[in-house]
This record gives sequence, C-alpha cells and structure tokens, in this order.
Amino acid sequence: MSDRIDSDAGRQEAGRNLPPLRLHVPEPKFRPGDTADFSDFDIPPAGAQARPDEVAQPGEMRDLAYGLVRVLDEAGVAVGPWDPKLPAETLLRMLRAMALTRAFDARMFRAQRQGKTSFYMKSTGEEAVSIGAAAALASDDMCFPSYRQQGILIARGWPIVDMMNQIYSNKGDRLKGRQLPIMYSAREAGFFSISGNLTTQYPQAVGWAMASAARGDTRIAATWCGEGSTAEGDFHSACTFASVYRAPVIMNVVNNQWAISSFSGFAGAEATTFAARAIGYGIAGLRVDGNDALAVYAATRWAADRARANAGPTLIEHFTYRVEGHSTSDDPSAYRSADEASHWPLGDPIARLKKHCIALGIWDEERHAAMDKELAEMVHDAAREAEKNGILGHGLHHPMESMFEDVFEEMPWHLKEQQQKMLEEWKAAGL
Amino acid sequence: MEGGGPVTGTMSETMTQASGDVAQMNMIQAINSALDVMMGRDPDVVVMGEDVGYFGGVFRATAGLQQKYGKNRVFDTPITECGIIGVAVGMGAYGLRPVPEIQFADYIYPALDQLVSEAARLRYRSAGEFISPMTVRSPFGGGIFGGQTHSQSPEGIFTHVSGVKTVIPSTPYDAKGLLIAAIEDNDPVIFFEPKRIYNGPFDGHYDTPARSWAGHEAAQVPKGYYRVPLGEARVARAGGALTVLCYGTMVHVVENTVAEMGVDAEILDLRTLVPLDIEAIERSVKKTGRCLIVHEATRTSGFGAELSAQVQERCFYHLEAPIERVTGFDTPYPHSLEWAYFPGPVRIREAINKIMKD
Repeated sequence: MSDRIDSDAGRQEAGRNLPPLRLHVPEPKFRPGDTADFSDFDIPPAGAQARPDEVAQPGEMRDLAYGLVRVLDEAGVAVGPWDPKLPAETLLRMLRAMALTRAFDARMFRAQRQGKTSFYMKSTGEEAVSIGAAAALASDDMCFPSYRQQGILIARGWPIVDMMNQIYSNKGDRLKGRQLPIMYSAREAGFFSISGNLTTQYPQAVGWAMASAARGDTRIAATWCGEGSTAEGDFHSACTFASVYRAPVIMNVVNNQWAISSFSGFAGAEATTFAARAIGYGIAGLRVDGNDALAVYAATRWAADRARANAGPTLIEHFTYRVEGHSTSDDPSAYRSADEASHWPLGDPIARLKKHCIALGIWDEERHAAMDKELAEMVHDAAREAEKNGILGHGLHHPMESMFEDVFEEMPWHLKEQQQKMLEEWKAAGL
Repeated sequence: MEGGGPVTGTMSETMTQASGDVAQMNMIQAINSALDVMMGRDPDVVVMGEDVGYFGGVFRATAGLQQKYGKNRVFDTPITECGIIGVAVGMGAYGLRPVPEIQFADYIYPALDQLVSEAARLRYRSAGEFISPMTVRSPFGGGIFGGQTHSQSPEGIFTHVSGVKTVIPSTPYDAKGLLIAAIEDNDPVIFFEPKRIYNGPFDGHYDTPARSWAGHEAAQVPKGYYRVPLGEARVARAGGALTVLCYGTMVHVVENTVAEMGVDAEILDLRTLVPLDIEAIERSVKKTGRCLIVHEATRTSGFGAELSAQVQERCFYHLEAPIERVTGFDTPYPHSLEWAYFPGPVRIREAINKIMKD
C-alpha cells in the first residue's frame, strides 16, 4: 500500500455505495401561464424593525440584513423608529419626482417604439429607490449609478430635455451621440457617467469616497447595482476596499427580482439576502422595502450620516420588483408570469406615497390627477423640444469627425490620419 | 513630434531639460525618484498597490514614499487588481492623479475590464466630463526565471485598446523622464517596466555575470524634475545598414548583438508604443531599406504585427528585403526553457543575416 491518506483509500476493496451527486439549477416559482402567489413571502409589518444608532458596530445589527425596514403601513401611515418624519413639502417633492420619472419613462418608451431611438429602459416600480435616496443625500454627494436610476437626475432637477437629447443621440446630446440611450453623464449633478458594463461603478464609487476621505472632504459617494450583478467580481472588490478603508460610501443593491430573464436565485437569493453580503465584509447591511419611499429615504439618510461620522460604509438591499421588461429589447412574457407585478405584495411605490400624503391631509386624488396630467404635458413638450435637435438616424447628429475627439486629450497622429482618410473617402464617394 | 528633427540617442540633448544634480541610479531608483518628484510637486498624486506602502514594493520601487508622504497618499491595497484599478478610476474622477502598481504584468488581467471599458473610455463616453488620469506601473517581461506567471509581455493587449497610452522605458534616465510625463498626462497610461533590466542592462547572454547600471551613460539621472515626452522614439544607435525596432529589455540585447556582429544597424528604442513615433520609424527605414522588429511578447497579433504593417504601408518602395520579426513564441512563457523562448542573440543574429543577404 502507498502512504495515501484520502478517505476513499479503501474504495476498491469495499466497493462504493454512495448516492449520486446532484447539480442544483435554480428555478423561479412562476413561469408564463402560472398564477403568481407571493403569500409565502416573509414580510414583516411596517415599523417592526429596530433602528440602531448610526455609528453602531456592524456586528450589533446583523438582523437588519435579514429583515425588511418598512415605514409605510397598509393604511399609508408612517410608523416605527425608521419614520424620517419628513415635512409635507419634501413628501410632495418626492411624489412629484417619482411621478415625473414614470411619465418620462412612458414617453421615452413610446419614442423608442416609434423608431425615434434605439433603446430605452424604464424604472417602473423602482422609482422610490432612486428618488428616496436622492432626497436623503446632499446635492453634492457623488452618485455612481447603474442604468435604472434616472430618478436621481430627475430628483436633482436635471433638465429632462437634456436627458432626451442623450436618448435621441442628437446634435443637442452633450455626450456627442457616443453612448447608448440612458447612459447619462452629468458631472454638475454629481452623476457619474453610466457604463453599461455591470458593477464597474462599484469600486469607482469606493475610490471616489476614499479620495474624499483622504482629502478631509465632507462629501460621500453612493452607488447602485442590480441584484444580478452582485455576482460580478467588481462588487466583491468594492466591498473589500470599502470595508478595509471604512470608505464613506453607500452601496445600494436594487433587488428587483429579475436580471433580464434570470431570477434573483441565479445571484444567490435562494440561499440568503443580498444585504447579508455585508456581514462577511464586516460592514453595515440594511434590507429595505424598496417600494416604500420613506424607508428608502430613512435607510439612505442613516447610511449617509454613518458615512459622514467616519463610521464606514453601508450596503443597502432595496427589495423591489421590475414591473416592466429589462429594456425595450426584452419581452418578459417569455419567461415570467404575467401577473407577478399586480400580485407584488409590496405594492406600487407611487401609489403608496400618494396614499400617505392623502392620509396626512396634504394631498388628494384631484391634485394627483392634475399633477399627472401636467407632467404628461411637460414631458410631451420636452420631447418635442428635444426632437428639434433630431432623433436617432435622421441625420441631426454631431459631425462625423467628432467621432475621433475625446479618445485622448490631444488627438494623436494616428487618429488624425484615420479621421482625414474617412472624410476623404466620404468626399470621394460624393457623400 | 510635429516639426521635430531626428530624436538622437544621446542623452545630452534631452539632458538640457533637466535641472539639479545628477546621480547614478538603476531603473528602480529612477522610478522611485520619479514618484518622489511628482508626489512632491503635485498633492493629487497618490501611489497604491499590493505591498507598495510600508514595505515599499516587492521590487522596492516605492521604498520610502509612505514614510515621506503619509498613508493617505501611499497605501497598500487588498489583492484585487480589479479593485485597484476601479478605485483608481474613482479617485481620478474625484480629481486625484493615481499611480497604481500592478505587482506583475501577469496579474493585470483581472483589471482588464476596469482598464479597457472604464479608464480608457471614460473621457470619450462622457465627452470629457470625467477623465482617468492614472498611470498604471507594472513590471513586465521575462529573463528572470519567473515562469509563466511572472514573465509575460502583454503590451499588445493594451496597444489594441483605444484611449490608453502604452509606455516602455529601456534605461533609468528614460524610465524617470517617461514616468513623470506619464503621470502628468491626463489620459490613462500603461507603464510597463522591463524588470530584467531594473538592476542593469542585459546583453542577452544569460550565462555571463549580470552587469549593473554603474558606468552606463543612461544611468546618470538628474535628481530633480525632467520629462521625456511620450510619443518620441530614441535612436539607441545610429546606422545605415538596417533598422531595428525594439523596446524595453530587447534594446540592450539588440545593441549587443549588433555590436558583436559588427553590423551598422540603426536601433530605434520606441519608448512609447501608443502613440507611436511613426516619423522616426519611417525616416529610418526609408534610409536603411531594411527592417527588423524584435519583441519578447508572443508573435501572433503582437505589437510587431502592427509595426510591420505600418512599415509596409509607408516604406514599401524603399524596402530591399522582407521585414523580419524576432519575438517570443506563441507558447506560454516556459520556466526551464526560458532561454530557448527568449528572443536572444542567436535568433537576432539569424534574422539580421537573413535580412542583409537579400
């Protein structure tokens, strides 16, 4: 006999009598044709979650990574220790920004269907995630968004005509038609250039926050990714850096249940929550009802105060639902039950905030209907204004030679040569 | 480059830009000096990477910097190259000027997405709203018995990417001047350091005692600030018989082989691959009519393929022999057979003989 010490050294003598191994491939509960039933969801009542001190040690608040911070109850009343007790003016501003985001999405989705641009992504059902956060951050905090946080720009008052110019890739597009629609960049609004490669913004946000801390600045950074892309290495690199340097950053995971056609189980949701990722890194983790604008606000404000107190980063999972397809290129009826959205147990974020405002006596159905009408007209007018600068594919784009600009600060000879050749070829072809 | 005359190989011309005293430095000391000078001049410059802080780097390139400039500007990082470069992108967006170190070029692949899709394209995709003024330092190349994970030359991966500059020095003097120029550049720069010649020039004869930089003209390095501009090649040896295009360690191997053969070759040390000094190449090849390209990286789709295409497009009617390439083979970098893989004197001599025969 040899000196091997493995457990099956006697296998040949004894034979092998073990069950065959099985590969587990996750499967969502409901597919097309199924009736969605979320009654087995463990949804704690609003107000039930404790609110630790902003500078609490991560080890003292692990329950929060598995619970669900909720403020608005079924009657639309704000309850519990996380109630941010916002003034009426702030509540109505948030409601308006959420409604404007939805109206904007509706208009731009239609524009894509009308052939005015190549692509669009709606954030329907997820408006509270962006707008609740934007309302809780300072206006000069730096946001490193993913592709479904248009609500941040809207909440920060960025001109929607400018956003539409980008979507149309027209001559008014500040980004010179270089990016896929909705990949905005707005430095003045503290809104980092959106990549499209997933979660690359995570370590970048941490780096920005580290720089801010190293400089003794007071500004913090916030970033967003989907639950699906928490599987990317960048996410884990970012969490490690954020933990190691106690970076003043808020890392948001928007768990909208679906990554194109892959349900959250393919990112690990069957085994644990996304907020619980924080625990292994020793950072604060909060799991929040993402359809509750007040809960999102309260969690973000808590995390922002924590970061500003040099108590380190926070990972927030926003539990929500992607009501529409991934993008205009997607048809969710091919892979999920059609009635998931209507059965979603956490409701619609706009309807819930509206109900709250009405319950407070600061709002009513008539004013809401009038606001919706006003916002629809506003985006309609903005779209017409943007369309004056052109729509995609109709010639009103930035000049051809601009393609070679901004690759480098100064154009090197090889780009100048290629630019010159292109122009000569088009000229020779009589174009 | 524009309107410039030939960039001659003698340091004395570029030396005139230099200020302050001169000291004998090896390439590591020159790089350390460049970092020191830039950290002293610009409070936005930060140095980060695995083992670069207290310890001063596995090759000592950052020795003493943390002590001098503090942990907020010189710090160790977790072992995640993706994180290092991603964080450097964010720091650049904040307004800093990061100089991350990737401990070996062989480890740079986990950072590719952050380099290729993020740092290199940030200026373009944001139409100049955000930039990524980082310089990624990384030791590269073989000849140190590093095996397949400590010997690679991945420069061709980066020269293929729009929006990033690729710089490779071959002397202490150039290493410092180029690194300063790279750090001052507002675009991302990949700065590959030929680690075989950190401590001394290498003539390609692996079985002879290693030489130090002592006594080498290009090891006389000004202590203060000076730049060697990006995008300018250096004539390492003027000659008329053939042109050899090379960079990094191979400059010294070629110089020695040519001297041994007694061939009147003109050796161009490219120094910057992107943007390339095409005028220097065109001028030289049109003069000599013959062209050899030498690099250590694998052959297929290597930077030599681009050089060969450029020479063919611009100098075809001046060529008196086919362009030759001497490169690493299209295999992983071997350990025991390192010197069979390395494009050394034997293979360079064969190639020159072939070119000169026609």
